[in-house]
Amino acid sequence: MSPVETSVSRREQRHSLALTLGLALVGINLLVALLTLFWTPYDPLNASGGRLEAPSLLHWLGTDRLGRDLLTQLMIGARTALLVGTGAVAIGATVGVSLGVLAAFATRLADDVMAATLDILIAFPTLLLAMLVVAASDSASLWTAILALGLAISATVARLTRILAKRVLRQDYIVASRTSGTSWAGVVFRHVLPNIWPTLSVNFALQFGLAVIAEASLSYLGLGAPPPNASWGRLLQEAQGTVYTAPIGAIAPGIALVALVIGMNLLADGLRDIGDPTRGRSR
Amino acid sequence: MTALLNIQGLHIRAGDKPLVSDLSFSIRPGERIGLIGESGSGKSMTAMAATGLLPVSIGVSGSIELDSQQVVGATDSVMNRLRGAAAAVVFQEPLTALDPLMKIGRQIAEPVRRRLERESGKTSKDVVQREVRDLIDKVALPQPERIINSYPHEVSGGQRQRVAIAMALACRPKLLIADEPTTALDVTTQAEILKLLDQLVRETGMALLFISHDLPVVAQVVERVIVLKNGVAVEEGPVKAVFGNPQHDYTKTLVEAARLFDEALGATG
Amino acid sequence: MMMLDLQNVSFGYSREQTTLNDVSLSVRPGVSVGLVGESGSGKTTLLRLMLGLIRPTSGVIRFGEESLDTGNSAFMQRYRRAVQPVFQDPYSSLDPRQRVIDIIGEPLRSLRIPGDRTQTVAEALEAVGLPLDAMRRYPHEFSGGQRQRIAIARAIVARPQIVLADEAVSALDLSTRIRIVELFKTLSEKLTLVFVSHDLGVVAALCEEMIILERGKVVESGKTRDILAVPKHPYTQRLLASIPRMPA
Repeated sequence: MSPVETSVSRREQRHSLALTLGLALVGINLLVALLTLFWTPYDPLNASGGRLEAPSLLHWLGTDRLGRDLLTQLMIGARTALLVGTGAVAIGATVGVSLGVLAAFATRLADDVMAATLDILIAFPTLLLAMLVVAASDSASLWTAILALGLAISATVARLTRILAKRVLRQDYIVASRTSGTSWAGVVFRHVLPNIWPTLSVNFALQFGLAVIAEASLSYLGLGAPPPNASWGRLLQEAQGTVYTAPIGAIAPGIALVALVIGMNLLADGLRDIGDPTRGRSR
Repeated sequence: MTALLNIQGLHIRAGDKPLVSDLSFSIRPGERIGLIGESGSGKSMTAMAATGLLPVSIGVSGSIELDSQQVVGATDSVMNRLRGAAAAVVFQEPLTALDPLMKIGRQIAEPVRRRLERESGKTSKDVVQREVRDLIDKVALPQPERIINSYPHEVSGGQRQRVAIAMALACRPKLLIADEPTTALDVTTQAEILKLLDQLVRETGMALLFISHDLPVVAQVVERVIVLKNGVAVEEGPVKAVFGNPQHDYTKTLVEAARLFDEALGATG
Repeated sequence: MMMLDLQNVSFGYSREQTTLNDVSLSVRPGVSVGLVGESGSGKTTLLRLMLGLIRPTSGVIRFGEESLDTGNSAFMQRYRRAVQPVFQDPYSSLDPRQRVIDIIGEPLRSLRIPGDRTQTVAEALEAVGLPLDAMRRYPHEFSGGQRQRIAIARAIVARPQIVLADEAVSALDLSTRIRIVELFKTLSEKLTLVFVSHDLGVVAALCEEMIILERGKVVESGKTRDILAVPKHPYTQRLLASIPRMPA
């Protein structure tokens, strides 16, 4: 086999490995999250053992300072993380792609205004933006966190969409589509979106990971999901005082968080090639 | 007389895809040769290989002697001495060949200074400036003051190609390699650049390797042609013989097509 | 009778600069016309005007008895069906993510032309000399010449009266170019071809009449044969003299 072909197939192998590993990590999270809807090892809200028990056969990861089972908390945290990631990316994608496509079509002036606004929004740290939204809605809940993170994501997505869509709109096949009698809406759905999708989907997966981290940070700061919703961020915060005596309380949610984010990133990497007819075919 | 460029059994491949196969030809000092081929023929690859400009990922084997120096496997420092002095290249798109952020006067001055340092070990600003002026005159650029102080994007495509030619001339090369130098230009501008190239090659006596897909254009500036198809030389000979009585089927197709458009224009010229 | 008639059309992308200046020309049924000009001649702008993609700053474009009104959607639907373009770069003019059947079928779908779409696309493929199994494939699986055939198939699938070709063979290799020119020649027996190009040789081989543009103005127009024999305008003379010829 030629060096060029080997390097191509090696890249494909690496991509499929990334995809498999990513799917596995995200898949486990998803299964656990679904499981918690029907069953958890213990009642997540009430003590099921002594305070800060070490890991044992009864409590695999031990208990927290209120005597609740840590594994149960962790499993429900997975549900919260997936809910936040999915919700935030869904909001971010819908608002961001719509705004981005509109900006790509807008007149010069409107486009400039839009681009400048987005740049300012993106310059705001996601956390700060989220804190502002939470402050404005004067009660922190899971939904305010999702909304806040979704808005932050939509700014990034809108900017990316705008650039990608503009590049596609310059192609001759757009003019050909117009002269074929296709409406602007048709142009967007038939040509623009399919052609920007590969890059966008990778970005969505990355944003998902970032949203999960951001939610953990918000919860850590006490601005995320209030109790009794378990969140990895709040588990970390609660474990802060006992990190030397019961390190498992901080280590377990930390590992879960990192695994999901890495899984999402690997998935993003592997996703790139899917749905692209120009890849992985012989000429 | 020894050849200025002597290519023997040249193979170029990317992976196991052959780009050029067993190509041999030579150019004597002052000789003008045309390399004809369509896209994918390997004509530009050959030019890049001759000046050692191919990326390392591309495999080159065989022998390329430029001014009695082996180019295949030569180190960068050997090639840097050879480039310019032995051969200079003019590319298709002058806008990408020139530094967009440097004024034209300074861009031409650079190869002049490098050559003077190489030849006499020292330069003075005045000497360099005088020579830049001479070169601008030589390539017939109008309003030299304005051109010297302009950036590449501020002048026309034809003028940019004149600047690129001036930079090549600044090296006083023994061989000028012109890779599709008029393809990006308008027909009327092309005619002017071809005339200029022809005149400069005659005046300075340098050899010319002219690479193009355009048969009538090649016919204007060279004496002999080599026809490349998929990296293989299918025909070689004097322009009149090859275009007048092509032997290979591929050359026949090309000549017939070119003549068809020619005849549509009416039998003048 | 005129099919497409431009009367004193001017166009400028900004107020200071006019790209086209007082251009008048007409396209008659069955008479193929070449619009010849170099860069900056305004030939591409002229084509965009004729495609109804931009509106003239002044002057009118008439199509038969009606005037080209980009705001009138009923008219535009008829106009799009009647006037179809082919572009220069077949790598940019075909959507890389669509199958050939969807690319060629787009006018049928968007213009709501009744009939068996697959059958009509098949006929168009046959007319441009491509095999039927091309339908299920993607653009990147084809060479430059084949891609241009796909683009031509899209242009003729709705059976237009006029095809506007913009440098449609300039990006192709000589041996491919000659075959695409032959294809255009065959097509021009059934429809009216407006061929925009800087290449006088190609226009001379294809078009009965030609119009020479220089810096946004028509400098000469008439029968191709006559202009080539006796070019009147100095620019036409210079253009003709600049074309490199094969040695005798």
